[in-house]
This record gives sequence, C-alpha cells and structure tokens, in this order.
Amino acid sequence: MNLYTFASPVTFYHLAGKLIPWFTWSAILLTVVGLYLSFFVAPTDFQQSEAYRIIFIHVPAAWMSMFIYLVMAFWGAIGLAFNTRLSFMMARALAPTGAIFTFIALWTGAWWGKPMWGAWWVWDARLTSELILLFLYVGIIALWAAIDDIKRGDRAGALLTLIGAINIPIIYFSVKWWNTLHQGASISLTKAPSMAKIMLIGMLVMAIAAWFYTIAVALVRVRGIILERERQSEWVKEILERET
Amino acid sequence: MKSRHKKLLVIVLGVTGLGIAAALILNAFQSNLVFFFSPTQVERGEAPTDRAFRIGGLVESGSVKREADGLTVRFVVTDTAKSMNVVYKGILPDLFKEGKGVVAEGKIGTDGTFNASQVLAKHDENYMPPEAAHALEQAQKAQETLVK
Repeated sequence: MNLYTFASPVTFYHLAGKLIPWFTWSAILLTVVGLYLSFFVAPTDFQQSEAYRIIFIHVPAAWMSMFIYLVMAFWGAIGLAFNTRLSFMMARALAPTGAIFTFIALWTGAWWGKPMWGAWWVWDARLTSELILLFLYVGIIALWAAIDDIKRGDRAGALLTLIGAINIPIIYFSVKWWNTLHQGASISLTKAPSMAKIMLIGMLVMAIAAWFYTIAVALVRVRGIILERERQSEWVKEILERET
Repeated sequence: MKSRHKKLLVIVLGVTGLGIAAALILNAFQSNLVFFFSPTQVERGEAPTDRAFRIGGLVESGSVKREADGLTVRFVVTDTAKSMNVVYKGILPDLFKEGKGVVAEGKIGTDGTFNASQVLAKHDENYMPPEAAHALEQAQKAQETLVK
C-alpha cells in the first residue's frame, strides 16, 4: 500500500467516512474551548476595550479564506498536471467553505471597522484585495456550475484558481507594501507576536477549530461528489443498495 | 520528460510569469494604491492636491482643540518630520486620541489648513490588557527619568 492508493475515489470515500467524526468532534470541542477563552478568559484590550474580541472570529476566518484558496490552487495544479480525478473533487469540495470564510472575514471586519476606525468600509489595499478574493471564489464556483462537461469544468476552474492565486500574497502583504487603514500583522513568522499570550492562545485555538471544521465539511462534500461522479460504478451501486 | 512533468513545468512557469506580471503592474500603480499620504509626501507635492485625498499620521500631542460650537475640532497631523493643521466638523471615532494614528479625508484650503470631511482612527497591531499597557508606560517613564 502506498500513497497513491488514496488517490482512488473508492479508497478515499471510505477513509473520509472514518475521518469525518474525528474532525467534527475536534472542531466542536475546540470551538467551545476557543470561544470560552476568547470571551471569558482573555482580558480587555488597552485601547479597543471589548470591541477587539471580534479578532477571535475575524482573524481565523481571514486566515482560512487565504489558506483554503492556496489548497484549492494546489489541488488544481496537481489535477492539471497528473490528471488525478480526486484532486479536482477536493478543489470543488473546498470552495464553498473558502467563500464562506471570506464572507465572514469581510463581515466581521465591517463590524469591527465601524466602532474602531469610524467606517464600515474603506477602499484600502487590504480590504479591496480580500473583496476580490470573495469574487474569485464566487467566480470559480459559478464557472464550475456553468460548464456541464465535468472534465472541462474541472480544468477551467483549476486554471482560474491558479490565475487568482496571485491575489493571495497581495492580500497578505498589502499592509506591508502600501499605506493602509488596516493595521499590520500581529502575528508573523519574522517577529514575536504583538499580542498578550492569553489573547494569542484564544485566537490560535479558534484558528485550529476553523481548520478542523474546514476538513470535516470538505470531506463530507467530497464524499458527495465522489458518489455523484462514480454513480455508474459497481461499488457505488452496492452502497446505494445497502442503504435503501 | 514525461508529459505530466511537462504539464507541471508549464503550470509552474505560467504561475511564475503571472506573478512577475502582477508584481510589475502593482509596482506601476504604486502611487494609486496608497490609502493615505503623509504630511511629508504632501509637502513634496506627491499628493493630488487638486482633488480630495487622505492624509495620515499621528495626532500631535496637545494639539487637539475644540471650538465653541462643540463640533468643530482642530488638530495637527504629524509624521514626526512634517506636520499639517487639520480642521474637522463632526463626530470623531472613539479611538481618536492624541499621540495615536489618524487618517483624514478632505482638501487643502486656501490658508493651507486641511479641511477634513471624514476622520478615521488608525490603530496599531498591539493587543494587551490595560494593566500591561500601564506597566509598559510606567517602565518607559522610569527609563526616561534615568536617562535624564
């Protein structure tokens, strides 16, 4: 048995079925712990008082919105190069969650911006590039939906995903490259986090919860896609017979 | 070379090319992507003074003055090198404080004062409990007296 075994939809369908409960329960547990830390344990902030607590939702959502896109681009590239069916299915399974996280990041950002900055929305580089990310997600999903031929749709979507991947470093570094209203990163690989420890822990727990949630729902979705695409094959027919 | 490796190479090259193109375009639009100009940039004439633009910097300590009508506020925006007088009529955001970041949108009047139509607070990326901030402040003061 090697890694390629899991590239076969049958094997992966069963593997995903076994993994889903683990990721689901971990996500629930981490969310409960994370929200408790964020809203009851973490202290108020010296300048933004209670309003800063939006960070515990906003930042994990924003991270996921960018990370999921990179994962989609990765699967798209693998699919285009190696013609692996499962890669495209993974990309399709991830897109809705990425779009939702992008939307949450923008929405909570507006809620945060109004009381702190004094504006719901400004056209600075960070906010605008994140909005473009939302359009990219929606555009890719629409493109898949518009092309009936599954194989052609997969390829077109993967290509658009790869082209749009350029936007991710732009979002991430926008606050560094240009003057923006949005503040710089509190957490980066190059410097110590500029956040009190307990605030940081709350945010990281929420971020890991978002990861597990994403994996759980993506696996559920990819199972659905596998069943739909393999509906002519014997093993799917067997499953359907057993379940009905 | 196998065809799938060739495809992978094409993808990698394609994305790299796209990245370089994007970098060049963004570089060309550099001046249009900034959200605000610093007082130094305004002085150097980099800001589009013929239409509304934004200036950003710190609110100079001790510069905020409220006029008798209770709504009009005058303050000085500084980037520590150059500074600029700003007048604004309206409600300021909660985070607007002396010594903190601010972004104001408006035009330069005939007397050289910046007439702001909107004032936004720009906060930094530091998050800590008030006690920690207080302790930091105390430590800084202690250090200053030591230096003196």
